[in-house]
Amino acid sequence: MELRGKKVIALGERDGVPGPALAECARGAGAEVVLTLTACYV
Amino acid sequence: MGLEDQAAVKRVADEHGSGVVVLLGTPDAESTQTLAQTVVAGDPSYAGPLAGVPLGLPVLHVFEPEVRDQVPADVYEAQVALMEMSLDRDAILAGLREARRVAATT
Repeated sequence: MELRGKKVIALGERDGVPGPALAECARGAGAEVVLTLTACYV
Repeated sequence: MGLEDQAAVKRVADEHGSGVVVLLGTPDAESTQTLAQTVVAGDPSYAGPLAGVPLGLPVLHVFEPEVRDQVPADVYEAQVALMEMSLDRDAILAGLREARRVAATT
């Protein structure tokens, strides 16, 4: 699936890839980031 | 997924309609499956705002080759590469494949 032109919900996780890092990737691929979250399970 | 996060996802999905894609950064197969199920078929714990709400959003994981190939190499290297090396990428992507299989048969 091509990300360019898509609206992306970035669902990151503290123990994985955080939301802002996903958002950077999505923007780099030409997508618009509409929500960025980073879950934290302890 | 937390209840507030579910509410935020639902609001944004309702607001933007089609063309919304979910990009995951989950660290293991289980969390990948659970999160994918939540945004495709609804909250599996039936506790949050997405309980019984099948958003049916396309789900990608940032470790998938088709995602990585679309991200500028320097961005991927800076934001993701370290975690990709330290996590079990194959297990995570197997979890995503399983979630897609289940979604396709329900």
